[in-house]
Amino acid sequence: MSTKVSSPLPGKPQPGNTPAGTGTAAVSGKPVTWRTPVLLTAFGLIALVFFGLMAPNQTASFGISTGEDFFQLPALEVNAFAAGIVLSVLLLGLAAYAVYLKSQNRPAPGWLTVSFIVLFVAAFLIWVVGGARTPSISLAGLIAGSVTLAVPLVFGSLSGVLCERVGVVNIAIEGQLLGGAFTAAIVASMTQNPFIGLLAAAVAGAVVSMVLALFSIKYLVNQIIVGVVLNVLVSGVTGFLFSTVMQANKAQFNSPPGLDIIEIPVLSSIPIIGPILFRQSLVGYLMYVAVLVVWVGLFKTRWGLRVRAVGEHPQAADTLGINVNATRFWNVTLGGAVAGIGGSFFTLVAIDSFTKEISGGRGFIALAALIFGRWNPIGAFFAALLFGFADNLQSIVTIIGTPVPSQFMAMLPYLVTVLAVAGLVGRSRGPAASGIPYVKG
Amino acid sequence: MVRVLKLELRGITKRFGTLLANDHIDVVVEPGQIHCLLGENGAGKSTLMNVLYGLYEPSEGEILVDDKAVSFRGPGDAMAAGIGMVHQHFMLVPVFTVAENVALGAEPTKAAGFLNLEETRRRIKEISDQYGFDVDPDALVEDLPVGVQQRVEIIKALVRNAKVLILDEPTAVLTPQETDELLDIMRQLKASGTSIVFISHKLREVKEVSDTITVIRRGKVVGTADPAAPTAELASMMVGRAVSLNLDKAPAQPKEKTFEVRDLTVIAPNGQHVVDGLSFDIARGEILAVAGVQGNGQTELTEAILGLQDRVSGSIRLDGKELLGRSVKEVLHAGVGFVPEDRKVDGLVGTFSVAENLVLDLYDKPPFAKGISMSPAKILENAKARIGEFDVRTPSAVAAAGTLSGGNQQKVVMARELSRPLRLFIASQPTRGVDVGSIEFLHRRIVAERDQGTPVMIISTELDEVMELADRIAVLYKGKLVGIVPAGTSRDVLGLMMAGIPPEEHGHPTGQAPSAATASTSDAEGGDHV
Repeated sequence: MSTKVSSPLPGKPQPGNTPAGTGTAAVSGKPVTWRTPVLLTAFGLIALVFFGLMAPNQTASFGISTGEDFFQLPALEVNAFAAGIVLSVLLLGLAAYAVYLKSQNRPAPGWLTVSFIVLFVAAFLIWVVGGARTPSISLAGLIAGSVTLAVPLVFGSLSGVLCERVGVVNIAIEGQLLGGAFTAAIVASMTQNPFIGLLAAAVAGAVVSMVLALFSIKYLVNQIIVGVVLNVLVSGVTGFLFSTVMQANKAQFNSPPGLDIIEIPVLSSIPIIGPILFRQSLVGYLMYVAVLVVWVGLFKTRWGLRVRAVGEHPQAADTLGINVNATRFWNVTLGGAVAGIGGSFFTLVAIDSFTKEISGGRGFIALAALIFGRWNPIGAFFAALLFGFADNLQSIVTIIGTPVPSQFMAMLPYLVTVLAVAGLVGRSRGPAASGIPYVKG
Repeated sequence: MVRVLKLELRGITKRFGTLLANDHIDVVVEPGQIHCLLGENGAGKSTLMNVLYGLYEPSEGEILVDDKAVSFRGPGDAMAAGIGMVHQHFMLVPVFTVAENVALGAEPTKAAGFLNLEETRRRIKEISDQYGFDVDPDALVEDLPVGVQQRVEIIKALVRNAKVLILDEPTAVLTPQETDELLDIMRQLKASGTSIVFISHKLREVKEVSDTITVIRRGKVVGTADPAAPTAELASMMVGRAVSLNLDKAPAQPKEKTFEVRDLTVIAPNGQHVVDGLSFDIARGEILAVAGVQGNGQTELTEAILGLQDRVSGSIRLDGKELLGRSVKEVLHAGVGFVPEDRKVDGLVGTFSVAENLVLDLYDKPPFAKGISMSPAKILENAKARIGEFDVRTPSAVAAAGTLSGGNQQKVVMARELSRPLRLFIASQPTRGVDVGSIEFLHRRIVAERDQGTPVMIISTELDEVMELADRIAVLYKGKLVGIVPAGTSRDVLGLMMAGIPPEEHGHPTGQAPSAATASTSDAEGGDHV
């Protein structure tokens, strides 16, 4: 895996893995480590033992179409035992290839890791579903639900991208999500207009961010500490207002009109893709737009070049006449607004009222998605999707009843987070000046 | 393309609190000239240029461009007025391409703020061809050698139509060959009409390219000088008193080899072999100077000897005993004296007094301590003796070490390390950031230690220093030993070695002992003393 974060994801040139011209492979460039081949082999063996040899001899069924699709595809049915064996052998094959590459002193290519993860997840799914009391789930529903659960995560990690790319660590994503959720609920309830609620959520997120920006940029307070304090503060304030104001008059303050699901005719009936891309709320559509806009903005525009320069080498930016601290301040504010919009998803789309701690730590998962996505908007988007998937999977699997205790399934999203960030990312390199205040001279 | 601009600084004063960094400085840079600001480290040259470039606001005085007073609120204004600056520490974003770095801050754009780097690439190629820079606009800056990065900085200024180019200590990071190339580039720029302000303390380079020299000392202009003036005269102007530039040291009298390094390899956290299979010996009574461009493994080599590096293999033997795998304290007890390369980080505790700093590695032993109690009277006594011996200019023995000048701080470190009986003395960058007067003193002390029969290892990136002190010279390149050559080897040969080319491949004889070049194998040191 490459450690470059500067180049945009699509069309990314592979950084020079071949030893540069002269010299032996041992000294020039980054040496190939045993980590990836060893990890892949270990996971391949786990797959073989659990998902293959220990799989029940039962048929697992995956529904692909939903009733609203304009044509129906038959459900996918596989024998759990046979599929488990086949998939785990494939996994071990990939692991063996990685070992072979290492013996040639070549790193495992990105596609290998990605296909390994996809196959592993498939094997896991078949094993879990095959062992359930009702061995049948809707794949379309699983994926669509994953996207839904990922929406606040995506906004949160985009907020993180915007802040860290400019050199400020945003630990306060959780507070921004929560602030957005609360403000959206109360404003939408009072105005009876979800769109005003959405706007208010963005403002609330931005305000939380401005406090972070003010203290960390102007007063040079440690950014992590300000962020943590903000999370506690927002949690306390919203919790207090919830108990005193919202609970007292639920009808007036805590019954926001929701944002409706907007279906795009025809397109929304395409199996699997339709519900993901064309059957979303306004916030859901905004998510796709935001990911693209931030990506294009960061890597193709003047604004993005300056933002990245400020986050990598603020002094260099300063010597070229770029106002470092103003750039930081407004980007962090923008990041807060983005997270605030994500927060509105909880109260305007997912649930139609606010409750204490409704964000439930998703701001921190968003932070993990940001790192797993290597500070890249598109990477962060897919990382957030993965976490959303794990989250959704654990609830569906609990419903259909699996042999695995539900407590263990509930750990799944967090287990995935830890494995993803610690195991797969490795030593990834964030913006060089992230977390370091800029003082002139 | 005629670009001329007259630049004048009139009565520039810059205070930082009570510190007067620039005191009514007047400088006139005539169009199309190379104007050198000569002064020691800390004389106020860089501060002055940062004022000129709009990074600092002057406390008093004015800047005139073509005889019109201007005021710069930031570097943007300075650039708009035609002033470009190449900073001592490059202002390049390592993960950006050359084109992105050059475009930054003045980006050509298409509609809606989209970057148009085609235009920048074209300009880079144009300038690169004109001056023979050979810079690829799409290369990542972090992959480029330092010399090329410097050219990117120059391109950055030229793209912005700089008519005056400020070069702040540009040769500090370059090999001698790269330095010569830079001096050529400066002459070319001058020929095409660009004025250059060249900041340096290296007399050889200054004499070679300057049209005018302004000498700055302690924040004041002390006069102008003719580049044709003798070196000694320029040096004494810079320092403020007569200095002897040549160290008269007696030839080395090497005795038995008591320090041996074999196949020493240090692996950095990123897996790179930062020191790669080094083998050498040092005899009692000789100075081995380790030369090389900064960042070629010198730091890791000294840290490995001291026991500060984790992933080390090979062998380091002093007086027949293995040092590798021992703690720092044990290494010091074995008689190793060490002057680290950055005195502010590793050599001193700035907030501690001079007296305390003088016993940092001796505080727990008699006579300075008994059991768990320390003896402040003894520590103070020791301090007074050392301060006298090393001529440390300090208000008192209890003044905080951090308040002393660089030269005096270095004397404190050196005094501490030389105050106990040594079996090996290692000094890394012993005179970096030290005034010329103190350099002379510190060099004499190092030679005196050698003459007492201690093996001495000097690590320096300043070739002048290496050539002055060394009895033998080892050159490091990318963690490997390029070779060990005798003192008196020519600057050209050493320069090529610093670029990784062993002397036997230079194509002309070194004029020295034939065994000199083969020292990279562990058993070849046999007869290469001069």
